[in-house]
Amino acid sequence: MAEFIAYLIAGIATGAIYALAAIGFTLVWQTSQTINFAQGEFVMLPAVLILLAVKLFGLPLWAGGLIGIAVFLLIFGAGFKLVVVDPMIKHGVLPLAIATMALSIIMKEGAKDGFSAEAQSFPSLVPTDMVNLLGISISLQHLAIIVVAFAAIGLLQWFVGGTKLGRQMQATAQNPTVARILGIPVERMVLLTFLLNAALAVVASLLISPIYLAKFSNGETIGLFAFIAAIVGGFNQVRGALVGGILIGVADSLAAAYISTQYRLAVPLVLLVAIILVKPEGLMGRKEERRV
Amino acid sequence: MSAPALQDAAASPPRAARRIDAALVALILGAVILWFAPVGMGRYGTYVLSLWLVMSIGVMGLNLTLGYAGQTSLAQAAFMGLGAYATAILTTKFGVSWYAAFGISGLLTFAVGLLLGFPALRVRTHYLAFVTLAFSTLVWLVLRNEQWLTGGTFGISNINRPEFFGIKLFGALEFHRFVVVVTLILSLALWWLIRSPWGRAFTALRENPVRAASLGIDTRAYTLLAFAIGSAYGGFAGALYAPLVEFIDPSPFALSQSFSLLLMVVAGGAGYLFGPFIGALLGVVLPEWLRFAGSLYLILFAAIVLALLVVCPQGVSGLAERGWNVLRRKSGGAR
Repeated sequence: MAEFIAYLIAGIATGAIYALAAIGFTLVWQTSQTINFAQGEFVMLPAVLILLAVKLFGLPLWAGGLIGIAVFLLIFGAGFKLVVVDPMIKHGVLPLAIATMALSIIMKEGAKDGFSAEAQSFPSLVPTDMVNLLGISISLQHLAIIVVAFAAIGLLQWFVGGTKLGRQMQATAQNPTVARILGIPVERMVLLTFLLNAALAVVASLLISPIYLAKFSNGETIGLFAFIAAIVGGFNQVRGALVGGILIGVADSLAAAYISTQYRLAVPLVLLVAIILVKPEGLMGRKEERRV
Repeated sequence: MSAPALQDAAASPPRAARRIDAALVALILGAVILWFAPVGMGRYGTYVLSLWLVMSIGVMGLNLTLGYAGQTSLAQAAFMGLGAYATAILTTKFGVSWYAAFGISGLLTFAVGLLLGFPALRVRTHYLAFVTLAFSTLVWLVLRNEQWLTGGTFGISNINRPEFFGIKLFGALEFHRFVVVVTLILSLALWWLIRSPWGRAFTALRENPVRAASLGIDTRAYTLLAFAIGSAYGGFAGALYAPLVEFIDPSPFALSQSFSLLLMVVAGGAGYLFGPFIGALLGVVLPEWLRFAGSLYLILFAAIVLALLVVCPQGVSGLAERGWNVLRRKSGGAR
């Protein structure tokens, strides 16, 4: 039982990270119909950029961190929208989705050639000790991840629902035409979504890299789990992405512990197919009306 | 994405017939050139040419799915893997002839395509992308983990090349000519399919699914069929890949390879008959020649595709068509 709870907490911790990536994915989809197949690489890259800044300029970690994060937000928040999405969205959803696949290859191979083909350790922001709680040993790192991730999601929810800027963003996502008529600067709101997506990716990267190390190929699994989380939860909802992320994290952790380490990846995949068969709009989603 | 097929339909019948004949002549002429091309190229050069054709078959199938039916499949490399492994296992472990294994690979991938596409296409178009993404990863896991069947990461070696009416095709040149013939047959089949009413229906779906449905086309059935046939081409490509390389392991059938295959479709020109050959040339042959560039080439290739998508989403074929139209207009004006 104690063991089960430990696995459960580990699952919630990684699940919260997947949820961060899935929420960013959902936000970008809502406001600009971008299916970002590079989402996993978005989570992989900030840690690599930080380590690269530290290595290249011999900076202390905090300074390297600031530079890495700033560069990432600039290029993959604003730049991604202005250079990739804007010129391509007029061709339709499909070419844009393929463009993000090309981007994912560039990011992955770029990290491999420009940084390292080997996994590099990434410093943890919290102590990695174990604490004993009612006979259950829990990793402090997992607890910290859960706290930080949920704080970030809570903050986002407050921003979207409780501030004027956030409400304008929501209006843009729901109906850009009406939002424009109401005088909301739609373009700026879409840009804000991309920046938020990049910021969520940074948080996810800082949380996951101490555990899984910083490696160019990490994005594959993270991206896959983020898509699955977004779809399982309901493609159109931040709430759904959160539920989906936690569910996937827990399923993965328990599968690794009790079913098979070789096939742990298969369990979330089966979950995805089951959801698409039974409830394609996702656990928290509403049926979409057809727009012609 | 514009499509040549639609322009054919709009043109007067005799002109359309002429253009189609041009495609047919080009296919056969290309096959004749490729039959003799490897003379003096050496073993490695011949191998690269054969690899180009084999990958072109896989890209051709994906072109049918993406370029004609407008669906994203992220499992084309996995389908190639299914075909390659089915052929390798059947020929090495059960002594089945390559021809039978080739047919079985195609049927198997066709059936799996139907099974995957049926639930996915019930929902919305993007879902096929996600289902195939999951499938691709599952196939890779099975190939890597089920060592008793697939040899795991060690793969399967000593895959024999087939015979042709008693003529052994073990040499690079003989096998290359065999690949040329198979590629020609599969290209002709696809050329015929695209011209047939079925092919017209595929294009109609992509251009305007709602209108196609209101004209009485069963959009789901046609989309499913296009995807399944496209997948079967992946299986055929795999069945040729295994004896060509004579050794297979899971890595060339991973998800990232499926991404590359999609990029090849787009680079060559989605919805163009010859697009896959151009795409595979850029994605498979050039990196073999530019070996010194290593994985930098992959970055360059992806960047080129990205730029193409911004400038001309119809790929190299679309660029060529634009250039051709400009030239024709100029010469017409001069006259």
